[in-house]
Amino acid sequence: MATDYQLNRKQFLAKLVQGAGLATVGGVAWSSLLSELKAAPLVLRPPGALEEERFQQQCIKCGLCVSSCPYDTLILAAPGDHNPLGMPYLIPRETPCYLCEDIPCVAACPSGALDETRVQKKENGDGARTWDVSKTRIGVAVIDEENCIATWGIQCDACYRACPYLDRAITLEYSRNDRTGKHAFRLPKIHNDICTGCGLCEHACVTEKAAVYILPRDVALGKVGAGYIKGWDRRDENRLRQVSPDLPEKEGRGKQPAIDYLNDELLLND
Amino acid sequence: MIDRVKRNRYLILRRFVQVSVMGFLIGGNAYGWSVLRGDLSFSVLFSTVPLADPFAVLQMFFAGSKIAADLLVGSLLVLGFYGVVAGRSFCSWVCPVNIITDTANRIRRYFGSTLKNNVKIARSTRFWIVALALILSWVFSTAAFELISPVAVIQRGIVYGMGLGGTVALSIFLFDLVVVRNGFCGHICPLGGFYAIQARLSSIRIKHDHRACTLCLDCKPVCPESQVLKIIGKSSGFITRGECTNCGRCVDVCPEKALAFGIRQPFNYRRIR
Repeated sequence: MATDYQLNRKQFLAKLVQGAGLATVGGVAWSSLLSELKAAPLVLRPPGALEEERFQQQCIKCGLCVSSCPYDTLILAAPGDHNPLGMPYLIPRETPCYLCEDIPCVAACPSGALDETRVQKKENGDGARTWDVSKTRIGVAVIDEENCIATWGIQCDACYRACPYLDRAITLEYSRNDRTGKHAFRLPKIHNDICTGCGLCEHACVTEKAAVYILPRDVALGKVGAGYIKGWDRRDENRLRQVSPDLPEKEGRGKQPAIDYLNDELLLND
Repeated sequence: MIDRVKRNRYLILRRFVQVSVMGFLIGGNAYGWSVLRGDLSFSVLFSTVPLADPFAVLQMFFAGSKIAADLLVGSLLVLGFYGVVAGRSFCSWVCPVNIITDTANRIRRYFGSTLKNNVKIARSTRFWIVALALILSWVFSTAAFELISPVAVIQRGIVYGMGLGGTVALSIFLFDLVVVRNGFCGHICPLGGFYAIQARLSSIRIKHDHRACTLCLDCKPVCPESQVLKIIGKSSGFITRGECTNCGRCVDVCPEKALAFGIRQPFNYRRIR
């Protein structure tokens, strides 16, 4: 008599196929769920957060950043929030980040998902690290110019005044209002090298739906690449060092002299 | 009344521990109590001792995460406590999902055999899910079970706000009530599977004295992992299988005191007596 664990060949093969089949079905279903749940292209993470992919790798979902936030800015994603579950995020229009000097959320993080070194600076004297909240890069402010009432000529500087880096992250540009002929536009302009993405501007914006809002930096910002360098800026020239010398050219440089290249034969024959 | 408390002493004690742990976590988040802050994935005890979910940390390791010192120390502390001392006690003494599934099982017992198991799932499914969780963590570079874990949704929901997490709790309750008896904690949950694997060497164990046993078998229906009670009435010794959650319900209901908590020499899992 065969006991439970003694199988004949047919039973063994059947079990093997069944097991592999079940594992595949489960694995595929789970995988599709994971790739949906991981996708959060517009999520805004707390100060010091790693890049999204690495952040999701590193965060243990303990919520200590959320409970250490004195303004209840940070939210821990629960089902229905449409963000990766258990990870912290913020909605600046509801509650912006007030950029605490001692950055308690980053200090509380045990996992390194909020990386201290990204919001610290080295003191000149002894090399000790101190908090520098201005290095925060939650996202970057973007202005919808059509719906910013300042561009209509109405006097509004709510975002400018709300900004913790007043006159640095947002400046006001003056220009003449030709419609009235005697007034000035005072147009807000974002400087994304200073902007921390704290969202105080979005929070303060007076329009029904904010005309200035925070987007993740990798969504909102372009990238010039090494093809264009500010020759008048020493620091910008440093970007050339990152270029590998054997950068592949898309097309080899032509052998013909330029005059032949520009004056196509067919064109001349016409 | 006293008699009733006595007959449910471990149940009452367990509920007290479960509610206190979640209570301290809620207090830590909402009122800044320093007893226990964080959640069941990671928390800090008395503002000094880190405690981490070892299965979550293992998944993170497979996901390619750089395991921070607090997480490593915390997970080793927890793993050491359960692995050497308390076995799979997390499931029945800490995890809040246990209250949901125990309730479902209690209602099932009330209905008796009229509530049939409509679907059969192997008890070993959870171990395959453990393996799958580690593989998918590696593929997707994120802790794969932690992202979908109903346990995490519920325990985090209790501490930080449920959102629509109540539907998850309801689903688990109904799954256990009308689909599979002890379905979630006893068949599916890979966290329980993980703790069952590491619990095989632990020292706190249920001890059976078969000479006192009258074979009433009251212990079997209340046990969420009744396959571990194979030795009942046959031989004396410790319940050795890792799936036993040390809930002590069998001890509570045994009218002959043939079951009790005992302490086994750690790491000596071959020795029965």
